[in-house]
Amino acid sequence: MKTIYFDNNATTKVAEEVLEEMKPFICELYGNPSSMHTFGGQVSHNIRKAREQVAALLGCDPTEIIFTSCGTESDNAAIKGTLAAYPNRRKVITTRVEHPAVLSVCRDLENNGYTIVELAVDKQGRLDLAELEDNLDDDTAIVSIMYANNETGVIFPLEKIAEMVTDKNVVFHTDAVQVVGKIPLNLSESNIDLLSLSAHKLHGPKGVGVLYVKKGTRLTPFMLGGHQEAGRRAGTENVPCIVGLGKACELAGKNIEAENNKVKYLRDKLERAILKTCPDSQLNGDRENRLPNTTNISFEFIEGEAILLMLDKYGICASSGSACASGSLEPSHVLRAMGVPFTAAHGSIRFSLSRYNTEEEVDFTIKKLPPIIEKLRKLSPFVTK
Amino acid sequence: MWDYTDKVRDHFFNPRNVGEIENPDGVGEVGSLACGDALKLTFKLDKSGKIADAKFKTFGCASAIATSSVLTEMIKGLTLEEAAKVTNRDIANYLGGLPEQKMHCSVMGREALEAAIENYRTGGKKKHELEGNVVCTCFGVTDKEIERVIQENNLTTVEQVTNYCKAGGGCGGCQGEIEKLIEKIQGDKIKQAVAPIPRRGAKLTNIQKIQLIQQTINEQIRPALRAHGGNIELIDVEGNKVIVAFRGMCAQCRLTEFTMKDVVEAKLREFVDKDLFVEEDRDSANQPHNHRE
Repeated sequence: MKTIYFDNNATTKVAEEVLEEMKPFICELYGNPSSMHTFGGQVSHNIRKAREQVAALLGCDPTEIIFTSCGTESDNAAIKGTLAAYPNRRKVITTRVEHPAVLSVCRDLENNGYTIVELAVDKQGRLDLAELEDNLDDDTAIVSIMYANNETGVIFPLEKIAEMVTDKNVVFHTDAVQVVGKIPLNLSESNIDLLSLSAHKLHGPKGVGVLYVKKGTRLTPFMLGGHQEAGRRAGTENVPCIVGLGKACELAGKNIEAENNKVKYLRDKLERAILKTCPDSQLNGDRENRLPNTTNISFEFIEGEAILLMLDKYGICASSGSACASGSLEPSHVLRAMGVPFTAAHGSIRFSLSRYNTEEEVDFTIKKLPPIIEKLRKLSPFVTK
Repeated sequence: MWDYTDKVRDHFFNPRNVGEIENPDGVGEVGSLACGDALKLTFKLDKSGKIADAKFKTFGCASAIATSSVLTEMIKGLTLEEAAKVTNRDIANYLGGLPEQKMHCSVMGREALEAAIENYRTGGKKKHELEGNVVCTCFGVTDKEIERVIQENNLTTVEQVTNYCKAGGGCGGCQGEIEKLIEKIQGDKIKQAVAPIPRRGAKLTNIQKIQLIQQTINEQIRPALRAHGGNIELIDVEGNKVIVAFRGMCAQCRLTEFTMKDVVEAKLREFVDKDLFVEEDRDSANQPHNHRE
């Protein structure tokens, strides 16, 4: 059975070109870039090249790039590193819809005496910037707000937020793992101080991420033990993955526009057809300001995990914000923060596309999904027909 | 991805006995949309008093649907006395087992069956009724129900209880109570875990006491308040007086007095010192609150 992969916000296929680029660094050029001998030392050129490739995609200087092990590490390093650099400030502002890599860190900080403000979102998943303004003060060490939401794809007005925050001399961090490679960025002209990204969300390998640190931003290193990354992140470089990330960024930058037009066309086609053919279905999140690849749709009266399993039978991969799908007992914190009714949150499905998806795959899914919804509705005690 | 048995997958993809029996002899309903799963079971008896037909409608995940489907198969041909003896373990075993986190689906099946039998016998409410005192407010689970799953499934940890009946899986505020219920029933069976918090009795230094108060607020009190949109902050400790500030929804809540007395003070006395008392810092209560609904 052919796999139809519509779960690209979870992870993506490694591009063939990326794999080719990585291969020599596993069994042949396996040296340690810190070594004095030519065999190891030559590898440092490839790391430098990767750093330039990442910087080119982000529109920043290569020295502002720190390689990490994943997006979660970047988020941890940004928040904890900033707090350590500003020991007298005791407040952190974030949102209720952050990824756990930020939210769990903040809640843990709360237990250590920090004040955490979690900004609310409205029904479309949008922030109220006045609430942010009200909460910014001299005690605030860092504001961490995601660029776009992983579950709904809703994009926050980041440049405006970054300007508001940095105007008050507060450090601004954004988790941009869902955005890099999907939306063009130019960090040299932005007020963003810190930005996290992850390679495996843009057709790079798992196990490598980046923390962008704007020049002049004070950050205390989180990982100690070596001089790597100019002392800002110790640990021997994950050379093959860093090289792969560089290539992935180069590919993403090359055709960001053309690809996203195609992906958006497919997403819109899928979304329109589902909302049209499946009664009692609704879109979650702001329709306008959204990632081009993501759609989050709720199906009333039925449960997401059941839908996923039936899709899985056809090789279609998606994800759900239902409680059962997550293994916890409550549905997605993002949908709950948006005030999506429980009836709809339990039956929410996210499709997230990539440049590797085809129109045939979309057409196939459009054909297979409605009967699944109908079958489960027939089982549901809340549907009386 | 859940590791479902072939039998679970079979009953999910090809559910048996879907629907509702017209003019049934017994109807049992359990669960709700909010909880994430719900089951409506109907049955009809033959002349000899055996279950001639049973049908179900289920809202829920794959294991909830499979559990309901298999339940209708299991009870067909049974007398009501026999059917009443079916336990959630029997249902799970019939399916070749369920993932631990999904055991509550089998409990839901048993509850619906009981409600349907009760409905037949007394003509009483079709809904599964709550007996005893509600322990878990997030999922509406009572002490009686928790005690029963502990006994029938020989459970020894809070995590297991959550897997079997959801209790404790929301805000987590009732986990202490669940622990006590487990202790009551299982007694010596449970291995004494190393207590993370020193028991009261030992003389604490002032610093230890304040740290323990902070720790208790972090671990025992804040999660429950958070679940309801609120929060708590420790302002100061003066002797046995603990000064706290409530934030968010709690600050505006008319039940603040109640929350303070009943939750914060009780928890602090339980985990730190029985002589502690709590006062609210009025100044901070009047500050703009952190968490907006």
